[in-house]
Amino acid sequence: MLELRSVTAGYDRRAPVVRGVSLTVSAGEAVGLQGPSGCGKSTLARVAALLHRPDSGEVVIDGEPARGWRHRAPRSQRTAFGVVFQQPRLSADPRLRLADLIAEPLRATGQTADGVRELAETVGLGADLLARRPHEVSDGQLQRACLARALALRPRWLVCDEMTAMLDASTTAALVGVVETYRRESGAGLLAVGHDRVLLERWCDRTVGWAELASV
Amino acid sequence: MTPEADGANVLSVRGLSVRFRMRDRAYVRAVTDVSFDLAAGECLALVGESGCGKSVLASALLGLLPGNASVAGSALLGGEGLDLLAADERVLAREVRGRRVGLVPQSPAAHLTPVRTVRSQLAEVVRELTEAPGEGAVAAAAERAAFPLDHLDRYPHELSGGLAQRAATALALVGDAPLLLADEPTTGLDRDLVERTVDELRRHTGDHRALLLITHDLAAAERIADRVAVMYAGRVVEIADASAFFGAPGPRHPYARGLLDALPEREFTPIPGMPPELGALPDGCAFAARCGRVSEACRVLPEFVAGVACHHVGHMDEAEVARA
Repeated sequence: MLELRSVTAGYDRRAPVVRGVSLTVSAGEAVGLQGPSGCGKSTLARVAALLHRPDSGEVVIDGEPARGWRHRAPRSQRTAFGVVFQQPRLSADPRLRLADLIAEPLRATGQTADGVRELAETVGLGADLLARRPHEVSDGQLQRACLARALALRPRWLVCDEMTAMLDASTTAALVGVVETYRRESGAGLLAVGHDRVLLERWCDRTVGWAELASV
Repeated sequence: MTPEADGANVLSVRGLSVRFRMRDRAYVRAVTDVSFDLAAGECLALVGESGCGKSVLASALLGLLPGNASVAGSALLGGEGLDLLAADERVLAREVRGRRVGLVPQSPAAHLTPVRTVRSQLAEVVRELTEAPGEGAVAAAAERAAFPLDHLDRYPHELSGGLAQRAATALALVGDAPLLLADEPTTGLDRDLVERTVDELRRHTGDHRALLLITHDLAAAERIADRVAVMYAGRVVEIADASAFFGAPGPRHPYARGLLDALPEREFTPIPGMPPELGALPDGCAFAARCGRVSEACRVLPEFVAGVACHHVGHMDEAEVARA
């Protein structure tokens, strides 16, 4: 279970964008979090993925409270999460070939990068694209690589923050399909953040509106 | 598809092709043989996956392609028929951009000058493009795009995405250009803002202007377009009335049907595979490798006939005719 307990977070302690929000994702559950631009939903997603330290409140991962944030998070907790962001261009190192981009989490945890080709296949990237750098592929292809990177360590939790906002309908359906196939195999839980209610309701077991969440 | 150029057309594009010369004498064929007309009061939505050549087409119409691009075909603007593809930079800069073609950019925050206020940028454009003097004209320009007057003294980074979009739209409208070109104007905006932005563009189109809306957002296209052009691998594969395309009888080209079926409110199933590389296009139909109806006929490039470029659509129609 992934629990966010009365989380208050933001970028200025006097004016937090997230105020006392609680949200629970059960094991294997897919929860959609829907809200307009600028409401604070991405900040909450970053807190859930241990990427942003909240001003107050608690994140509990499978019964164990988060013990640190960003690079200070213990590896076992950090690697429990796979994260995909909205803008693949901003979340990919432009110097890395796609093969190295996907292999980064493996190398960072001292593993061999043997599985890269297979990972690329699961997201629909052909071997010919793996030798390219980000500027040589389309947004959709780069986002596929970013999703492969997020799945590399076989996380128990996936956090997808507007993963498909930049993508066309077919690529959107394809990437959601990849996430769901992975979740069926692994039993991983999902927090999908977005503004598109139709998409989230089709994708997730339940969808929570930001307004309902904040008023609780 | 290729009627005689009509006086009422704001834009007539014929056989537009763009290719980029790469290293090793290789070419990337970003746009191939695109033709369409755009009449006053009309909105044409150009839709397709990222990387299909939509934005290159927009750049070609504004003469903003990089040096390694070569262009063929024609794009006649308005009554006296200035060819946008043949015009030199001097004509484009002094007479076309902003005056006869207004651009609503993809990312308004990047399009606005970061170190100047919205007021100062609007004032400059008003001064350069119109006879109207002074502050009143600036306020009027802002109001046309529903940009709040009390935000005029703000810098671009102090604006929300929606307000930055309106500032950029206000700039595009100042010159009263008969053709508005909106290149992915709603990328990254949430649904409410998307709807507001495209509704405003539609309103500005009115009866006198034409709007070319380039987008991968099918819902935005459905909301305001009169006609839809579907682009795949650099070619327009279908042009249809928006109501027929999004409603009944639906798209005719298998790619267009696949694109609509991928929507979460429909089947939510992706088209298998990925588009071909524009540097290595097949000789036949570029969609054949992903198409469920592929056959021997697809080795030959399908002609664009009666609004669609697909061998099977023609065959199906014949069969239907036989049954009837």
